Amino acid sequence: MPRKTYVAAIQEALSEEMRRDPRVFLIGEDVRIGVFPSTRGLHAEFGDKRVIDTPISELAVAGAGIGAAVTGLRPIVDLMFGTFLYLAFDQIANQAGAMRFMYGGQTKAPLVFMVQNGAGSSAGHHHSQAVQQFFMNMPQIKVLMPSTPYDGKGLLKSAIRDDNPVLFLHSLSLGGKRGEVPADEYTIPIGFADMKRAGSDVTVCAAGPTVYTALEASKTLAAEGVEAEVIDLRSLSPWDKETVLESVARTGRFVAVDESFPTCSAASEWAATVAEEAFHQLKAPVQRVTNRNVPMPFSPVLEKAVLPSAADVIAAVRRTLA
Amino acid sequence: MHHQDIPLDVVVDIYTRVLRIRRFEEEVGRLFRQGQLPGFVHLYIGEEAVAAGVCAALTDQDTIISTHRGHGHVIAKGGDIKRMMAELFGKATGYCKGKGGSMHIADFEIGMLGAIGIVGGGLPIAVGAGLSAWYTDSDRVSVCFFGDGAANEGSFHESLNLASTLMLPVIFVCENNHYGEFTPAVKAMNIIDIADRAIGYGVPGVVADGADAFEMYRATRAAVERARGGGGPTLIEAKTHRRGSHAEGEEAFLGGQTYRDEAETAAAQAKDPLLLLHTHLSENNILPAERLETLDAEITQLVSEAVEAARNSPEPEIESLYEDLWV
Repeated sequence: MPRKTYVAAIQEALSEEMRRDPRVFLIGEDVRIGVFPSTRGLHAEFGDKRVIDTPISELAVAGAGIGAAVTGLRPIVDLMFGTFLYLAFDQIANQAGAMRFMYGGQTKAPLVFMVQNGAGSSAGHHHSQAVQQFFMNMPQIKVLMPSTPYDGKGLLKSAIRDDNPVLFLHSLSLGGKRGEVPADEYTIPIGFADMKRAGSDVTVCAAGPTVYTALEASKTLAAEGVEAEVIDLRSLSPWDKETVLESVARTGRFVAVDESFPTCSAASEWAATVAEEAFHQLKAPVQRVTNRNVPMPFSPVLEKAVLPSAADVIAAVRRTLA
Repeated sequence: MHHQDIPLDVVVDIYTRVLRIRRFEEEVGRLFRQGQLPGFVHLYIGEEAVAAGVCAALTDQDTIISTHRGHGHVIAKGGDIKRMMAELFGKATGYCKGKGGSMHIADFEIGMLGAIGIVGGGLPIAVGAGLSAWYTDSDRVSVCFFGDGAANEGSFHESLNLASTLMLPVIFVCENNHYGEFTPAVKAMNIIDIADRAIGYGVPGVVADGADAFEMYRATRAAVERARGGGGPTLIEAKTHRRGSHAEGEEAFLGGQTYRDEAETAAAQAKDPLLLLHTHLSENNILPAERLETLDAEITQLVSEAVEAARNSPEPEIESLYEDLWV
């Protein structure tokens, strides 16, 4: 199976879906040049009409995507960085995230908002935050955060084919990561977790870059005789609660690892659900491992210190074993 | 006010749209004062000529987007008064099955892409509807109604610029009723004509008398022609007048304070759009007096039937909360 980088896999998903469906187009600032290589080369194949460069106007571009979606097209709106979604919040939260319901089912908005999410390039607070938790809170938006090239491609294809608004978060720090990507057509259904490592002592739930943090921790733990089961959620909304609860029923211990600020983090939701629905199977209190509760710093040393580390995960697992 | 360049059937059609809006809104005001309607209600009385003139210049394929003060736009585009009234009552038979309410009525069948409760929230979406027309080589145009308040939102500036740079068939209709809630527009911007802002985006800006439905029709017809011909967007500023409150029952928010200039209000009310049209149709013998009366009676009857039907409609089922979420 060919090995490809994460961004190359995303690019493949975009070009394959644009070839498959003439209603699919890409819009955003500098998508033509492809500041992030995920959109590079698409303009050469698809031209001005299907790869549309815009002014730096996140709010208007997000809304234009919605307007195009409700009138029959299937836009992919590239807003570049997760933090730039804040500029488009009204259109995402008030409009895309409610309109089907608000208008009594008269319409649908099949569009994808796509951004680079999270830290990893020492870009400071405005270009390094992970934003998934805000959008998990909205009742009518799907949120995806794949960790591998294989999942990235398969989930993005599903997102583009989905008739609902989908937020696709590809991780800044994983752009160059390589993995196997089949040459043949495939998609990955939204809403299903992937078991990355089987284990009987503790369930560690993660998504995006923290999947690697959890896997790294699991190696050290294994050397100590502790077998961690690592679940990559891939879809954050809807999320695969069943797989997580089934795992916790076997392990009796739960650690949620998430690159968000702690309060109302994605990890908070997973931990609350496990505490609520699997309380009697738990042998220890649930644990959360998140960013430290400070803005994202610039210094590489400080940035690394803010993010969840393998050592943090190991410490959390040990707390469940104490 | 003249109609020389407008076919007579269109003249009558415009009048009918204005009258339908007026009678609907008067009834809604009565119902709200009687405590029969939940939520907030923003009436369009005094501004009817804008929606009527604009929508009469559109085809069924053309789309519109509306505001929190949106009843008039829905009616002008051909919306069903019964389903509107039921929605205002929050009933299951309403346009949005009671999930939207006064500020969120939509009718996608007739190109009414929705009223939006956030000031300025509709402009970007209208740009997208225009983008869609361009993308599919359709000659559809996209119209966005918004107020003077929205002209101070970032979305206004971003949307005009985006529509202009992509040369999209979008018509921005600013209903300048001179008040953003209780604050006079003159205190919220240091210009007289919002249309002047258009030049900053390379878009033609036109000022039109929002009390004159024919002038609104003409201004829109020119903008539609330009948009269909690939000439890009237009900003039309309609100078209009909100006859009543920002929201019905606003006294509760004001605590006895006043905010309107009485002389200005009196002058504007003398230019009532329905009165102007009625006088024009009578004086020019476009419709006989008898027909003017029966038309009014028919519309009034339609509105009463809508109220009756809404009252007798079922409340939404609680289970319906879980419908219309995912496709």
